[in-house]
Amino acid sequence: MQLTVWTYEGPPHVGAMRIATAMRGVHYVLHAPQGDTYADLLFTMIERRDRRPPVTYTTFQARDLGGDTAGLLQTAMREAYARFAPQAMLVGASCTAELIQDDPAGLAQALDLPIPVVPLELPSYQRKENWGASETLYRIVRALAHPPRESPPNRRTKRARSVCNLLGPTALGFRHRDDLAEVTRLIVELGIDIGIVAPWDATPADLSRLPEADFNVVLYPEIALTTAQWLQRQFNQPYTRTVPIGAVATRQFVDEVAQLAGIDPARALAGAEQRSSWYARSVDSTYLTDKRVFVFGDATHAIAAARIAANELGFKVVGLGSYSREFARDVREAAASYGVEALITEDYLEVEARVSELQPELVLGTQMERHIAKRLGIPCAVISAPSHVQDFPARYSPQMGFEGANVIFDTWVHPLMMGLEEHLLGMFREDAEFNDTAPSHLGSQPTPIADSPTHGPIALPPAFAGSTWTAEAEQELHKIPFFVRGKARRNTERFAQERNVGLITLETLYDAKAHFGR
Amino acid sequence: MNTRLQSCSAGDNVLRERGQREVFCGLTGIVWLHRKIQDAFFLVVGSRTCAHLIQSAAGVMIFAEPRFATAIMEERDLAGLVDANDELDRIVAQLLARRPDIKLLFLVGSCPSEVIKLDLSRAALRLSRQFSPAVRVLNYSGSGIETTFTQGEDACLASLVPVLPEAGPKAPSSLLIVGALADVVEDQFRRLFAALGISLVSFLPPRRSTELPTVGPSTHYLLAQPFLHETAHALEQRGCKRIVAPFPLGSEGTTVWLRAAAIQFSVDGAHFNAVTTPLRERADRAIGRYRPQLTGKRIFLFPDSQIEIPLARFLARELGVDLVEIGTPYLHREHLAAELALLPPEARLSEGQDVERQLDRCRQAAPDLVVCGLGLANPLEAEGFATKWSIELIFTPIQGYEQAGDLAELFARPLVRRARLVA
Repeated sequence: MQLTVWTYEGPPHVGAMRIATAMRGVHYVLHAPQGDTYADLLFTMIERRDRRPPVTYTTFQARDLGGDTAGLLQTAMREAYARFAPQAMLVGASCTAELIQDDPAGLAQALDLPIPVVPLELPSYQRKENWGASETLYRIVRALAHPPRESPPNRRTKRARSVCNLLGPTALGFRHRDDLAEVTRLIVELGIDIGIVAPWDATPADLSRLPEADFNVVLYPEIALTTAQWLQRQFNQPYTRTVPIGAVATRQFVDEVAQLAGIDPARALAGAEQRSSWYARSVDSTYLTDKRVFVFGDATHAIAAARIAANELGFKVVGLGSYSREFARDVREAAASYGVEALITEDYLEVEARVSELQPELVLGTQMERHIAKRLGIPCAVISAPSHVQDFPARYSPQMGFEGANVIFDTWVHPLMMGLEEHLLGMFREDAEFNDTAPSHLGSQPTPIADSPTHGPIALPPAFAGSTWTAEAEQELHKIPFFVRGKARRNTERFAQERNVGLITLETLYDAKAHFGR
Repeated sequence: MNTRLQSCSAGDNVLRERGQREVFCGLTGIVWLHRKIQDAFFLVVGSRTCAHLIQSAAGVMIFAEPRFATAIMEERDLAGLVDANDELDRIVAQLLARRPDIKLLFLVGSCPSEVIKLDLSRAALRLSRQFSPAVRVLNYSGSGIETTFTQGEDACLASLVPVLPEAGPKAPSSLLIVGALADVVEDQFRRLFAALGISLVSFLPPRRSTELPTVGPSTHYLLAQPFLHETAHALEQRGCKRIVAPFPLGSEGTTVWLRAAAIQFSVDGAHFNAVTTPLRERADRAIGRYRPQLTGKRIFLFPDSQIEIPLARFLARELGVDLVEIGTPYLHREHLAAELALLPPEARLSEGQDVERQLDRCRQAAPDLVVCGLGLANPLEAEGFATKWSIELIFTPIQGYEQAGDLAELFARPLVRRARLVA
């Protein structure tokens, strides 16, 4: 058993729902007890979809368990087929139905419906949401994809333009709607045609034509990598490795796509509306240099965020982690390149302890980290699912492509104080307005976690213990603007601790400042 | 999935359906119960789905550390129950070390824990012995195979009844109000009962586990919520007697509810009127403001919390609303007898659910307002229906005189909003 307060991912059948809901002409019959229907509200409330997910639940109850739950499942399939007339059906079990072992695959086969029925086996006690989405996409593509009419060489010579599929965007995905628009524009500008987008808006008939394209673009490896690998093995379709998040990665992505299509990338790169790189070079951004940033999210977004932070904004990555265990190796490699140890965990309390220990100046994380950062008084920007209603903005707000890089620049930099503003604050810090009670854009003052009565004890790192401050040093510390004071206190105490200095004087404060720098 | 029409009494046609239910399971009750009992912790023994459900239901994600958590069962826990029990002990020890402020721990059963027959009552006994007297450990089921939405509260309160202190045979006559109410509502009722001269009044659940009410044959209990079948049964076992009444929704409902208690405690009729009339008049004024927006409007209620029938009675009698269909997950005739007597005789009731067929009926009837769960609301709005989320009727204080106007406003707001938005 694992003690869990909040979870980063839902169960695997929610991943399957994300695929079914993204598609058209598919219906998912889920053997599940009543209550599991809560998952509908993820789509209708969080994502604000205007339709119910195409899911029928058997909603069995205790009284059904002694009887014919298998019959219930068959009735649900038959009625769903009659009512919704889908082109293909997914059938599977949630965690409870998995235990009663009704064999959805066999029952579906026995019904002999005149459409493809794809049974899903999603082990609920081992796997989670993203894996469930990946497995579902793979199973449905595997069941429906036809071998292409022409072999790749013939196809290539017959067609004037290259064709690629876009794989990965789902319902309830973090900015998938806008990423898809942005990447589509990028690829079309290159002079490449888009074949099938899957699962987003795809029909079962569309999936059958996936193998016709020249190559696949994998937008979200957590969801589409397994499928792309299978398509490569089966139909010799290459797929892209670069995820176009950030200006640098977008340029690499354009090169990679152009190479796969055998064309010149210059056209797409020339027209790019790329402001973020220039903004990062502009003098107002110099204050961003070495800002200490902590990154946590799904593997793809976390790795991309760390790369942008380090290479495109000049931050210092002090922590990097992910809840995507399937991609832990990639995250560890990335972390090593920044000289930090990756944090691979599903336990948000562990993430909170790490953030509290590192005291970064910016947190890039999920909605959970946003909450952690808020409590610690640290600026934060959201970079990854799990999704919150705020992650489905009314405006166009991609993460991918050149516009995505612009969006990211704004989203990450705005929670910080602007450069000139920060400089002026330093200059005028003796003025009455710049004291602790002056209004701050960060809202209330940070609450130390250990003092919060609703919160369990999180051990503070040992560096905090053991030293006392002279009144004079304490007074000097209070002259430092509040938003960097915590770091100054911490650095000084660590400095004192390491040198066995029991009493922190004015001299210790400035010795520590000299030692640590800014 | 069968549908049958059953005639129960004169003019009372109830459509009974069994099909897909679009309702929460009993685990959802934790979302309000953990706010109510301030030193209690709710540990769901379940799957990732359970954790995800509570997280999604809890105000569509509020990321503070709450007083609930899930012990997520994994593959190896399913292999052997002995190991599962060891694991549970380990998790509870870990939790109580982290949260020394907890005095009452509920182990909450889920669908998977029940299917594998993990005996949480034995676990609760074992852990109670281990952590007594600092922490008391109880258990109940919030599983979807046993409980529908508010039945989780029923199961929770029923698990508390056996540990309530015994009122001796010579104890004075006392009143127990049963069902979680918002603190503000509870305080209003406390003041009201005091003004009526009923002095020994307590509430279940209490705000702190150290303030458990005493019960016994001298206790009369009054239900504040219509979904407390098991709790009522457990109280009867302790010798308590139920005061028959409708539920305290609306001005009329609150008055009749209070009067039932007043009669039981021999409060003088003139005194009762003197105390309640000004409050009743104020509530009527508050409700009256919304009557122009609601009178003559046609409402369809999907089954959700079992408070649909008292709500429908309030809407029909105090606001002049036409009732198209009143859905309820269960119809508990005994506890709802006083409510059913007040409903318009032509009102159509449905018990249970087959959500697709019910949606067909709803579209066919084209009501002015649909009261439904979060999974249905936006899709129905997109189809052109005005909707009211039923879950708000559980999370918002709606009982009593001072909330009667707020309750009316909850139904008026979607209609007002639609009228206001230009595009």
